[in-house]
Amino acid sequence: MVVDIGPSNIETAFVLEALRKNVRVDGRGIYDYRTLRISCGPTPGLAEVQLGQTRVLARVSCEVTRPSPDRPTEGLVQFSSELSNLAAPNLDASSGGRVSAQEVAISRMVERVIRQSRAIDTEALCILAGVKVWAVRVDLHFLDHGGNLMDAAAAAAIVALRHFRRPDVTVQGEEAIIHDPRERNPVPLSIHHTPVCVSFAFLGALGELAVLDPSLLEEQAQAASFTVTLNAHKEICALNKAGGVPLSPEQIQRCTQVALTKADEISDAINAALKGSSSSK
Amino acid sequence: MGDTKIVIPGDIIDTHTEDSDQTILRLGPGLTQTNDDTRATTAGVLHSAKDNTQYWVVSNKRRYVPAESEPVLGVIVARHGEGYRVDIGSAHDALLPLLAFEGATKRNKPNLALGTLVYARVAVANSLMDPEIECFNSKTGKAEGYGEMTEGFMFKCSLGLARRLIDSRAPVLGALGAGVPFEVAVGLNGRVWINTASPATTVLVANAIKNSEFLNAKQCRQMVKELLEKQ
Repeated sequence: MVVDIGPSNIETAFVLEALRKNVRVDGRGIYDYRTLRISCGPTPGLAEVQLGQTRVLARVSCEVTRPSPDRPTEGLVQFSSELSNLAAPNLDASSGGRVSAQEVAISRMVERVIRQSRAIDTEALCILAGVKVWAVRVDLHFLDHGGNLMDAAAAAAIVALRHFRRPDVTVQGEEAIIHDPRERNPVPLSIHHTPVCVSFAFLGALGELAVLDPSLLEEQAQAASFTVTLNAHKEICALNKAGGVPLSPEQIQRCTQVALTKADEISDAINAALKGSSSSK
Repeated sequence: MGDTKIVIPGDIIDTHTEDSDQTILRLGPGLTQTNDDTRATTAGVLHSAKDNTQYWVVSNKRRYVPAESEPVLGVIVARHGEGYRVDIGSAHDALLPLLAFEGATKRNKPNLALGTLVYARVAVANSLMDPEIECFNSKTGKAEGYGEMTEGFMFKCSLGLARRLIDSRAPVLGALGAGVPFEVAVGLNGRVWINTASPATTVLVANAIKNSEFLNAKQCRQMVKELLEKQ
């Protein structure tokens, strides 16, 4: 039985000591983002994001179900994440299928970022009001844990959703015909905007040392974390602050300013990856 | 050493020499004896030395399997009546008895906090028991460099790289040592502890060692030179 013990005391102490001298353990600057590599395909709805050592695979699938009675015209979008000790050996493998707190936190945050920011048009997933809607499912698999799973997971999810094609449907009266992909080209989902997550970690007893895109070690040593979600129109879609240490308004403002420029870069990377995969098809 | 020979688990290794009856065969990591045959237990490159009387398999992996007398770096995760439980990256935590320190007696035992990093050598390693480690040489009773690490920084690397670093002739260590002074302790469980005068240098040394994994001696020297110039 292996418990999550985190880093040793001298590692944590070193991270803080180095940060006080503006040095990060992997040699990056305080507001440097790791290289983001995004690949899509070969099948629609499959995306892999690499953020430094962190690797996340997102898979989108869909099926036809009955809508919930209180929202008869809205399709369903579900997110699930799986964090096994494939990603990091200290993650609990003995939980026996139970969903860990971290998995729940990531799924919920991705859900907030993508569904509650109305990035995905759930009404467009309706086939026959009250009878048939599409249920879209996004599975996030974490292949390697190098820190900042949040940003990588959100990017993978939105890329996979934009890359996904669902079967085309024609409705005649009360009949819905779902066309085979070979018969009629599948259609993309209706996505209004592309939200992008940018995470910060705050270290030190008062959370006075802020870093962008924390590594695993920095995450384990952090006192608080803060995630800003923005889209290409510079709209804030979601904010998430975790950890006990309070942050000042100035800190939040500064992070949001930094996030603004980083979100642009990430959006560009996402668009380039999607463009590259569509031209290669 | 002849051509590179790659073995996979179960392979029978031909260890016969002219006077097989007289020579004593020594088998290193990755090999085992079944009846009269020598068989490989890991996939890797077969090495031999001393006129084919010593054999071992060099492989690279990330999960540590303890072996006797190997130096390891571990983190203390629990304290028991007679010892500490230490995470050394193996499937089971290792036991570090309170008396396995230099000069420790029943009255005078070291008091280590949880999360302390210790450098130790594996004393007991077999498949039926939890591994046991010790922070001194049990023959001489001296610490010989083992014990608690009070400062510096530790990072993880592959087991193959750790095994190469333990050789003091490792090119990256030589190249770095020519440029900056630093202390290093290599655990064969894929953990490397380093200490230098400043955090910036520590980060530089750590990253240089990590980057050296797939470089040859010449490339190592070039990489270190570039890193030192940038600083």
